[in-house]
Amino acid sequence: MTSRSNQAFLLVLAVLAVLTPLAGGISPYYYDILIGIGINIILAASLNLINGYTGQFSLGHAGFMAVGAYLSSWLTLQAGTPSGPAGLALFAAALLAGSLGAAVAGFAVGAPSLRLRGDYLAIVTLGFNEIIKGTIQNAEPLGAQRGLGGMGKYTGFFSAFACTAVTVLVIHNLVRSTYGRGFLATHGDEIAAESVGLNTTRYKITAFTLGAFFAGLAGGLYAHFKQFIHPEAFGFTRSMDIVVMVILGGMGNMAGVCLAAALLTVLPELLRYVAHLELLPGWLRHVAENRMIIYSLLLIVLMIARPQGLLNFKPAKVKS
Amino acid sequence: MIEFLQQLANGLAQGGIYALIALGYTMIYGVLRFINFAHGDVFMLGAFAGFYVGPWVLRVSGLGPSYAGVALVLLAAMLLCALIGIGIERLCYRPLRDRPRIIVLITAIGVSLLIENVGQLVFGADPKSFPDLVIDRALVLPAWWGRLSALTITLSQVLVLGVTLLLVVLLRYIVNRTRIGLAMRALSLNPTAAQLAGVDLDRVIMFTFGLGSALAGAAGILTSIQQPSIDPLMGISAGLKAFIAAVLGGIGNLPGAVVGGVLIGLIEALVVGYLSPTYRDTIVFAVLILILIFRPAGLLGTVQREKV
Amino acid sequence: MPTLLRSFLLPAVITAAIAIHAPAQDRIKVGEFASLTGGNASFGQSSHKGTQLAIDDLNSAGGVLGRQLQLITEDDQSLAGQPATIVQKFIAQDKVVAVLGEVASSKSLEAAPICQQNHIPMISPASTNPKVTEVGDYIFRVCFIDPFQGTVMAKFALAHGWKKVALLTDVKQDYSVGLGEFFIKYLKENGGEIVKEQKYSSGDKDFRAQLTSLKAAQPDAIFVPGYYAEVALIGKQARLLGLKMPLLGGDGWVGDSLLKVAGNSLDGSFFSCHFAADDQSPVVQAFVKKFRARYQETPDDMAALGYDSAMILAEAMKRAGTTQGDKLRDAIAATRNHPGITGSITLDEKRNAAKPAVILTISDGGFKFQQTVAP
Repeated sequence: MTSRSNQAFLLVLAVLAVLTPLAGGISPYYYDILIGIGINIILAASLNLINGYTGQFSLGHAGFMAVGAYLSSWLTLQAGTPSGPAGLALFAAALLAGSLGAAVAGFAVGAPSLRLRGDYLAIVTLGFNEIIKGTIQNAEPLGAQRGLGGMGKYTGFFSAFACTAVTVLVIHNLVRSTYGRGFLATHGDEIAAESVGLNTTRYKITAFTLGAFFAGLAGGLYAHFKQFIHPEAFGFTRSMDIVVMVILGGMGNMAGVCLAAALLTVLPELLRYVAHLELLPGWLRHVAENRMIIYSLLLIVLMIARPQGLLNFKPAKVKS
Repeated sequence: MIEFLQQLANGLAQGGIYALIALGYTMIYGVLRFINFAHGDVFMLGAFAGFYVGPWVLRVSGLGPSYAGVALVLLAAMLLCALIGIGIERLCYRPLRDRPRIIVLITAIGVSLLIENVGQLVFGADPKSFPDLVIDRALVLPAWWGRLSALTITLSQVLVLGVTLLLVVLLRYIVNRTRIGLAMRALSLNPTAAQLAGVDLDRVIMFTFGLGSALAGAAGILTSIQQPSIDPLMGISAGLKAFIAAVLGGIGNLPGAVVGGVLIGLIEALVVGYLSPTYRDTIVFAVLILILIFRPAGLLGTVQREKV
Repeated sequence: MPTLLRSFLLPAVITAAIAIHAPAQDRIKVGEFASLTGGNASFGQSSHKGTQLAIDDLNSAGGVLGRQLQLITEDDQSLAGQPATIVQKFIAQDKVVAVLGEVASSKSLEAAPICQQNHIPMISPASTNPKVTEVGDYIFRVCFIDPFQGTVMAKFALAHGWKKVALLTDVKQDYSVGLGEFFIKYLKENGGEIVKEQKYSSGDKDFRAQLTSLKAAQPDAIFVPGYYAEVALIGKQARLLGLKMPLLGGDGWVGDSLLKVAGNSLDGSFFSCHFAADDQSPVVQAFVKKFRARYQETPDDMAALGYDSAMILAEAMKRAGTTQGDKLRDAIAATRNHPGITGSITLDEKRNAAKPAVILTISDGGFKFQQTVAP
């Protein structure tokens, strides 16, 4: 990290520290949404590294999130969920362990991506997501189909958004670095990248491993905020939610992706409000209740009319 | 031993369904080089076409549950699905023909999600009971089968395999013996050269989508005759399995899709019967990953070098 | 037209506006979360209809504590992660005094810690997993729990002389696995024998492989504690494969499409549940009549339990004389012999409902009341 980004990071931390007491004072409902925004930004930013910058296509991000959530929860539960400073130290260690576990899973998915591209890779990642979910569903120590509960509520405003800041800054700085230009080159033209001596395989695996690491981090934060996790929370629907955030924000456009993640966290809650408006015709309220209809329409229309994403204001770079 | 053979018979009937869906994946991949994610949902729409049209067709034609009735409903569903497939291609994929594959893939996922969720809204999320097109029953096997006559083979299983076989033979004829089939093969071999030789790209793609979707529609009807409970999300799992079947056989390869479909059906039956159903999806996905790593061209496919 | 407007429409609009706005301050708000869309929609819709009917009945009878009740319903779309946010909204934004929901235990388990932390009582209509009420002393349920149901069916099997029983459980549903465990335990302890165990996963459509292997074991009966969508196909395929023994099950069998899909292939099978629409007791018949008039359909278990959950809450408010959290909690906990649609309900010290189960049989493609089994 450059000294400038170090300063930026310290500044962010200072701002967060000031905001933390304020955040504690808002309505628990808004607080719930706020933490949701932070977690979703981590997920979207990390998927952006894989799907956006590196040009791979993962449909299984929720699987990595599940690894982080379950591994960190299992650890804090084993340690007896202490409170106070001991609890926070444990939480930090559990988050790190969960993220590392997810990174290992990401490495395992990244390895077959050596040979696969595009659509095949999408199916393989989807398959991995199902395998991870299926494994948890059969794992008695992780609560299997019952779900896992009783974790301490360690995640707070400061921890959630400090992690968000770390994720965004690390990924942003990485792709801006000399080494990181290779991610974009892998995306741009793999054969050209290879011919100038870049090891595209290594970039792909790095993207998957690092992306999964941060997804695992988000999972750990999520588990210790909701205090109850269930395999169904980490299925295909969740993965699609994250993919939609990245596409809406514009693949490879960090600011847009973060903004999209925030918007799409708030949107279902707004739709909940719309669904209660008795002035609207019944079918419209039904559509509002079903956010996947809106998401899927958005995907199709965006791809046809504005493939660079809705929140990306740079000119489109269309390649074929 | 009888139990083992029974499991094989059950797996074979399921495999036939996968084969029909896999053929559509493979054909569309052959001409357009992309995975039509919404293909499994066309299969679902085929089942619902039968659900809505079936009782009406049987009543108007005065046939009641019978083979002729099945044939009529099958044709109706295939026609409807062909139109739906052509419509999807026209509206969603054609505007994207020259875009990167990833864009088309995302669109296909969007189409798939849209069909599933609008389906839940329109048809309802609850499973629906598929009307009886034929009265299903266990066949009495002739005594000369010896010990094998202890097998239970149902009418629907025979019907599914028979119709699948018929459709595969028909498809083979279309692809190998007709002008449009020649054009399809030319296009999948070398799109640019085919166009230079006067192949009408739009027409062939439209035909391929129609044909593939019709086969998915037929699979939708056949699966509902065997398992008469249909729901708007039934296409997800069937579509994925069929896709894996297509990759297993070698994507773009028609006999490969059939072989792959049958193999996946048999693997599933054996895993469920002798291991545990919890491992079924895991093992099928593991088969996919192993095939992609060790033999990416599939069992019957030929390895293609990436051209620079 | 202007006269019509002045004489009829305008007053109507004004009255409606008053009805919506003026008493809103005084209404007692109750939050309900349910799966109105998504995979569990059929259960969620049913329980919601029952709950809404109870609230409307209470209001037309003058409300509770001299105030009208307002039911705020939110759809969790059958998605994990939603209930927690919804309950936060209920408590923080809507200021509800109590929460009703859910059918699925995993959803109730997600919402329960939040209700507990905020000291807002929560009553689940139909979550049968024992863990739900173990979350804390503000969490209640009006249904019986899985161990009881599994035991009831094992008792029933032995009473009919079915000693060799096979099991077919849904491994993706904790409910199914739980029922299976307690069934096995009781059966084995009382001279029965499990001759074969097979499994399936929710969403499966083909059960021939499992049924083929069960058939080889020649059981007297097969216990299938799953949900109606799969059970219907299991019944159908079992008959086709020549398995003629009765199938036994639990309350997951109750669903409109069970008999539509299964036809008469489940004839002669038995399952335990909470309520029978053809039970001739006046309480049940009055409810069935009201429900049919309102929704043009016959109520099922979930509707009856939804109704009971709202009624028990209202009764407790009356007894407590307040809607304040801790007093309301104490009043709910003191519920004894509540004359519910699903039987006489008493809440025990673990905040579970102690009440009888009903066993139904299927004949001529319809449910028939068989017997009541006391706890």
